[in-house]
Amino acid sequence: MTTATTSVSGPAANAAGENLRFYGVWLAGVIVLIVLPLVFSSGGSLTSFSLIGIAIVFALSYNILLGQTGLLSFGHAVHYGLGGFTACHVMNAIVSHGWPIPLPFIPLFGGLGGLGFAILVGWLMTKRAGTVFAMISLGIGELVASSSLILRSVFGGEAGITTDRTALPRMFGWTFGPQIQVYYLIAFWLVVSAIAMYALTRTPLGRISNAVRDNPERVQFIGYDPHVVRYLAYCFAGFFAGIAGGLAAISFEIANSAYLGAIQSGLVLFATFIGGTAYFFGPILGAILVTYLQLGLTSVTSVWQLYFGIIFIGIVMFSPGGIAGLVMMHRPLLRAGSLWTVIPSYLVAIVPTVALACGVILVIETIARHSGGEASAINLFGIAFNPKSPATWIAAAVLVAGGFVIARLTWRRVGEAWDRAATVARDRGYLA
Amino acid sequence: MTAAIEVRAVEKRFGNVGIIRDLNLSIAQGERHAIIGPNGAGKSTTFNLISGHIKPTSGEVRLNGDVISGLQPFEINRRGLSRSFQVTNVFARMTVWENVRSAVLWATGHRYAFWKNVDSLPEVRERTARILEDIHLTHRRDVPAGLLTYAEQRELEIGITIAGGATVVMLDEPTAGMSHAETERAVSLIRRLTEGRTLVIVEHDMSVVFGLADRISVLVYGHIIASGTPEEIRRDPKVREAYLGEEAH
Amino acid sequence: METGALPRIVHEYAVLELIVISILNGVLFGMLLFLLSSGLTVIFSMMGVLNFAHASFYMLGAFFGFQLTKWIGFWPAFVLAPLLVGAIGMAVERYGLRNTHKHGHVAELLLTFGLAFAIEEIVAMIWGRSPVDYRVPALLDFPAFTIFSTNYPAYKIFMLAVSVVIFVALLLVLRRTRVGLIVQAALTHPHMVGHLGHNVGRVFMVVFGVGSALAGLAGVIAGPALVTQSDMAAALGPILFVVIVFGGLGSLPGAFVASLVIGLVQTFAVALNGSLASVFGPLDAAGGPSALSDIWNVTIAQVAPIIPYLLLVIILIVRPMGLMGTRES
Ligand SMILES: Nc1ncnc2c1ncn2[C@@H]1O[C@H](COP(=O)(O)OP(=O)(O)OP(=O)(O)O)[C@@H](O)[C@H]1O
Ligand SMILES: [Mg+2]
Repeated sequence: MTTATTSVSGPAANAAGENLRFYGVWLAGVIVLIVLPLVFSSGGSLTSFSLIGIAIVFALSYNILLGQTGLLSFGHAVHYGLGGFTACHVMNAIVSHGWPIPLPFIPLFGGLGGLGFAILVGWLMTKRAGTVFAMISLGIGELVASSSLILRSVFGGEAGITTDRTALPRMFGWTFGPQIQVYYLIAFWLVVSAIAMYALTRTPLGRISNAVRDNPERVQFIGYDPHVVRYLAYCFAGFFAGIAGGLAAISFEIANSAYLGAIQSGLVLFATFIGGTAYFFGPILGAILVTYLQLGLTSVTSVWQLYFGIIFIGIVMFSPGGIAGLVMMHRPLLRAGSLWTVIPSYLVAIVPTVALACGVILVIETIARHSGGEASAINLFGIAFNPKSPATWIAAAVLVAGGFVIARLTWRRVGEAWDRAATVARDRGYLA
Repeated sequence: MTAAIEVRAVEKRFGNVGIIRDLNLSIAQGERHAIIGPNGAGKSTTFNLISGHIKPTSGEVRLNGDVISGLQPFEINRRGLSRSFQVTNVFARMTVWENVRSAVLWATGHRYAFWKNVDSLPEVRERTARILEDIHLTHRRDVPAGLLTYAEQRELEIGITIAGGATVVMLDEPTAGMSHAETERAVSLIRRLTEGRTLVIVEHDMSVVFGLADRISVLVYGHIIASGTPEEIRRDPKVREAYLGEEAH
Repeated sequence: METGALPRIVHEYAVLELIVISILNGVLFGMLLFLLSSGLTVIFSMMGVLNFAHASFYMLGAFFGFQLTKWIGFWPAFVLAPLLVGAIGMAVERYGLRNTHKHGHVAELLLTFGLAFAIEEIVAMIWGRSPVDYRVPALLDFPAFTIFSTNYPAYKIFMLAVSVVIFVALLLVLRRTRVGLIVQAALTHPHMVGHLGHNVGRVFMVVFGVGSALAGLAGVIAGPALVTQSDMAAALGPILFVVIVFGGLGSLPGAFVASLVIGLVQTFAVALNGSLASVFGPLDAAGGPSALSDIWNVTIAQVAPIIPYLLLVIILIVRPMGLMGTRES
């Protein structure tokens, strides 16, 4: 009984501290967003930050479905794309009619575009969850993507719909011509959307969404219709995806059919899942990483999408909680003070794992160059490998085979060390 | 006074196998009613039929006089009937606290609200805390339900079932798999929590049944062969033959 | 009178020709779809996994067929390529899905999704993104018969024959063999699969392998007739999923009917050049381009790609279980 009372009063006493930490994290995020362009002020990095901001909003909206409600969608980009098209049309209409609506309000219209379509198709789509929902979302995604090429007057065919963000009425004297102003606009909407989406998880609907995710059958016996819950979640996800699409339309001054296609839907799924769906900040990490890789890898290798696929498969197989899950796994051990016993085994395991990864990269790049008919050297961490030389092939084979065998052994050691550390954490009451 | 639950001539077939045949059952308001019967008799199926989990092939079910057969489970639940499951059926990735709180939300009128902060609803918080206290899980409030011990999960199952304040509570083998001490604790818990409500309970443990129930129905092959007070059931020759006789050896 | 009658007769012949050819092509496409959807359905029913990479196995079949044909000729390739694809499928089951199973169906589906993505990229890396020159074997490169004015290629008859033979063989296996009975039991009582006994893992692996091999076979024979290209899986995959949702998830007869329906509808749609404008006359020109005029002027052939998805939406409204589905999810 004493343990019960102490651990109950624990959280209560800590409540003030928890609160402070909570607001501290959000405040830190906002400060980083404000300071970032002052530190890295080149045009390229501003564009990258803008893209990352949009991707974060999009991935967070996707997680309302996947992480919060357990709905796996293969067509989420439909709402993103329709948000983008709506934003473009609204911007053009504002300019041609001379309405007094300044640019910062445009993402809201994007959100309404995404929401409108979600209201329209969501009820039908969310009738069933699981695999059926996944398939239907894929079908609706294809339907909209294909229709967009037919309805040329609305979607502008292959070329898309263009717009000019600087032609809108000004606000605070900002023209939104320079990228830095666009960046701050995106940052503003990122903060607003993230707060709203976080708040959503703390509402009755947000909590019941989790219940529907865990056990849709039981939810029916505590008074809730899981179909309604899924539908509402779907509408919110569509709304915030639309905001992301509207931000993209502002940033690129164009919306085209690629916005709502399967690739865009796949990317947001990748980003969200790689980041981790179980924690609110997971998709944020994922969006940052995936966008960064996308921007970084395209210039380094011609087969960057393959690396994406491999990373994704690796996460699904070995760490289905994503990066966030991986990080949070260590928290109880850190608190219990037993984390340090695991670290040496990590350090040992990393060496063969990196070797394995290098081997795989060598193999892929060699094949890619071989079939692409080019002979430029493969540059791996500053070492140049000649793709035509047998020495490279042998190195690749040795790295892959040796790395694989040794990595397996060392990771088994990590597992054992982990179990010991977890037992300690459990004994000290930090792990259930 | 209308009966709390009235089952009239209900049949249920899976394919062409009749699992429930001409089921008639009347449970009065405030009564503690036990349904007993051998494995596979159709007790859980009866629960499923009453709670809307499956629809009867024919016949009707009434709750407080209103026909509920054909309604969705959540509609029946909103009318004041709540049930537990034989196989633990909780929200595995959510904490104990959140499990119980989810079951409190509809009843406290917050429904699908997306404009309220769930942590600042005092009546929800108080009710959840009270139920956790009742089911002795306060010290485990922040543990994900999937990590609880078996007995704790069974207690949580009961907690979720009664949290909504339903007037008719149906428990499907709440003490199955519990040790003797755990069973005793669970029985006194059930007795206390269902005070003033109608209780329908499926149970294999005869000491629990005879200690708890006001009336007992015996279900064999989807048909009720006897219904009455514990004394009547104990003396009924049909029951002794079909059921209690088996228990004896 | 005299002068007007002849064109009309010619026109009617043309319509008849179109119908006959389209039925042939439609049934052929439908049977190909069934080669794929049958494997997908059986795998889904038994293992609860919707194999997103199924169409990728079809693509691998086509590319292996192409490469092996180049090295050792079409007929050896015709036998070897499906076996190779089947082996890859078994490896995917054994080393991928089996380890992911403990994380639930979403993880399994995502694994196959990642695989589909990776396979497309690998194919593009090795064979490039433009179509490869996968030719009909010389032995079958002649017109089988001539309907009206169209020569119907012998190779398509061969494709049809192969798919019919496989169809009959599948029926026999399902009806007459032990594994077939297990599969059938799994189709009707999916929750019973767990009680198959200790070799359930082996059964899964074999079923997955056979399903992949069938997809590979479809690829080998379809490759020369259709376009063999690195995006062929991404183009066919969604249609495949429409087929099995349309037919009712987990229903083999449903998959069969849906394959034929979608095959025929698609083929006819592509062949038809009519639009609302050609039937009802042009829209009032004063309106200028609008969504309505887009719809008015688009030909059925142009709409063909979205027709399967429209069918999907319609069936979901009318019969959410699918054509012959009985299962909730
Ligand atoms: N969905 C279903 N489809 C087919 N048969 C079913 C279904 N549900 C239950 N049954 C069958 O109905 C019969 C009654 O099952 P039920 O679970 O109601 O028995 P029970 O009395 O609760 O038994 P126990 O004491 O073991 O819990 C069993 O033979 C069972 O196999
Ligand atoms: Mg039972």
